Amino acid sequence: MRQLRFDKLGAIIAALALGGAFIAPFATFRANRIVAGEAKTIVESLPQPWSAAVLLVILVGVLVAAMRSPAILRLVAAFAALAVLALGIGVAASHLTPEGNTYARVSPASGFWVMLFAFGLLAADALTRLRPAPFMRIVVLVAVLAFVGMLLLSGTWDGLSILREYASRVDTFWAEARKHVTLALGSLVAATIVGIPLGILCHRVARLRDGLLGVLNAIQTIPSIALFGILIAPLGWIAANVPGAATIGIRGIGVAPAFVALFLYSLLPVVANTVVGLAGVPRDANDAARGIGMTDWQRLVGIEFPLAFPVILTGIRIVLVQNIGLATIAALIGGGGFGVFVFQGVGQTAMDLVLLGAVPTVVLAFAAAIVLDAVIEMATPNTRQAEAA
Amino acid sequence: MIEIKNITKRYGETAVVDDVSLTIAPRTVTVVVGTSGSGKTTLLRMINRLVEPTSGTIRLDGEDNRSLPGYELRRRIGYAIQGHGLFPHRTVAQNIATVPTLLGWERARIDAKVDELLQLFQLDPADFGPRFPHELSGGQQQRVGVARALAAEPKVLLMDEPFGALDPIIRAKAQDDLLAIQKHFETTVILVTHDMEEAFQLADRIAVMDKGKVVQYATPAEMLIKPATPFVESLIGVSERPYRLLAIEPVLSAVEPGSADGTAISSTLSQREALAELLWSGRSALPVADPAGAIIGKVSLEGLAKRAAGPV
Ligand SMILES: Nc1ncnc2c1ncn2[C@@H]1O[C@H](COP(=O)(O)OP(=O)(O)O)[C@@H](O)[C@H]1O
Ligand SMILES: [Mg+2]
Repeated sequence: MRQLRFDKLGAIIAALALGGAFIAPFATFRANRIVAGEAKTIVESLPQPWSAAVLLVILVGVLVAAMRSPAILRLVAAFAALAVLALGIGVAASHLTPEGNTYARVSPASGFWVMLFAFGLLAADALTRLRPAPFMRIVVLVAVLAFVGMLLLSGTWDGLSILREYASRVDTFWAEARKHVTLALGSLVAATIVGIPLGILCHRVARLRDGLLGVLNAIQTIPSIALFGILIAPLGWIAANVPGAATIGIRGIGVAPAFVALFLYSLLPVVANTVVGLAGVPRDANDAARGIGMTDWQRLVGIEFPLAFPVILTGIRIVLVQNIGLATIAALIGGGGFGVFVFQGVGQTAMDLVLLGAVPTVVLAFAAAIVLDAVIEMATPNTRQAEAA
Repeated sequence: MIEIKNITKRYGETAVVDDVSLTIAPRTVTVVVGTSGSGKTTLLRMINRLVEPTSGTIRLDGEDNRSLPGYELRRRIGYAIQGHGLFPHRTVAQNIATVPTLLGWERARIDAKVDELLQLFQLDPADFGPRFPHELSGGQQQRVGVARALAAEPKVLLMDEPFGALDPIIRAKAQDDLLAIQKHFETTVILVTHDMEEAFQLADRIAVMDKGKVVQYATPAEMLIKPATPFVESLIGVSERPYRLLAIEPVLSAVEPGSADGTAISSTLSQREALAELLWSGRSALPVADPAGAIIGKVSLEGLAKRAAGPV
């Protein structure tokens, strides 16, 4: 029989998961939203036979992780453990909350988060080893999101404190979500429309390249809060002095400075990646394109741009993920978005409210990264893969 | 006919191409040969105006090459380079179709032309047409590069070290194919190389360049017999001269009356190949057969030795 052997990363994951399951608490119970909570273990949080089932699946996951095992088995074990955790925390919420009590709060505790992290890592590692085709990765993402959506719609999580916060803010939540996405995507679109032509110009005019990239680099190093602050004065001045500016929404605080700041941050990755992408177009191909009679425009559109496109997309991916995160800070200057909940929550020391802002932001950024990575891989001509092989 | 008159290209102070004049007859192969940096590429690129000359004129069939926009001029002139320059994101068929598409040919005509060229270059259209360049061997990529240059049926084909990246066996084959295709389309070919062997193999006329100047422009035989300068002589290679001389002419022109023993050799081979065969077989003469297989005489060591002798 084949000898069982340990997997290095798997052993660490297993240790983490075991610690999360048996040492750290699974859920926290609080009589109301701001008092200190009591920690509950898995056995205390869940009714029988739930606690036994959860522990069993987690133990199997730990075993699979620790031993050398086929990647597909590791993936199944990881997803099974994650699913059981997701269901379990919902069950814990309804189990721990006394019947009819609307003040009591149940939230995931450190053990839950540690296990979520451990099995998330196991799933990511297994996926990396399996190297699914780009399309499959999107399918997996959609399946995971569908599962989460189902849990949300079915009410399994309704007892959790984060959803209690949501329930009391349904309207503002979706309004802020819209603002957040508009801010992140809008500034990205603007940066793409401006940045790609700028990048092309930089590629053609060497002197412009160094100057412009230097300036954009400098902007990138300004901390985001400082940049928001810096923009308040000039935009305020414009609003006060340029006729019509205020009516189209330009103001010292609010969406305008947030939008401008995100736009400025976005420019560098877009411009720089356009320049790098165009510089990477094979010299021969460019020379031949000219030599057989393409005009500059035809060469740009037909040869240079398609060959540079995957690199430009990489820049856009960086910007999108970065903007989804940075848009959170817009709330500080009245720009709205998920940051509103984060900062309110911090102000009220209500952790659940912070999570209501933070969790959707992380999910959005994560999903955007996966989708764009897949798109980039699909857009890359297979020449590169052939060279790498 | 291509008339290059007093063409000069300066970068700063240095004349990279210095007052060059050449007249190139239609339907011939002209090879520009010289050491690296002698200005061959620059000269070639001034013909299709990838490089604009500092002074001088170039006429194609009597028409100044500046009489139409550069890109339109280049669509009428084939251009093939070392490393082929195929577009990596386009299929073989799309690559070949580039210029006809730019010229606005109808789809059916383009497809027919692509098939014709692929077949001519011994690449099965159904198999190779949909492939991407990286799915071809070096020799196949090079053939597709030439096919693309010929797609719009240009009268003139410019080639810059087109076979430089190929290994010797594939290179020899590519050179033979080029000559066959040049005859088929009656193209005027101007080819740049630093390889004298290649020049003698392909050229109707050779132009030797040195430091931006054309130091000799002559047929291979003239060049062998009367090299204009010591530089040309050294480029030819003193010890190679008799073999190069024999390599130029076919066996047919060395046939003597009479008969000989042994396996007949073809009258279409070069005299150099006949000499090799004679030496290897240890005979002093061999029978010669015409392409139909009929014996038309013999070729002898003595006869070839006379032909290999330079002017005294
Ligand atoms: N764009 C350019 N700017 C400056 N010098 C150049 C340029 N192009 C070519 N040269 C110089 O001209 C000389 C001849 O170049 P080239 O025509 O490419 O020679 P060859 O093809 O014979 O090797 C070289 O010394 C080269 O450095
Ligand atoms: Mg050259």
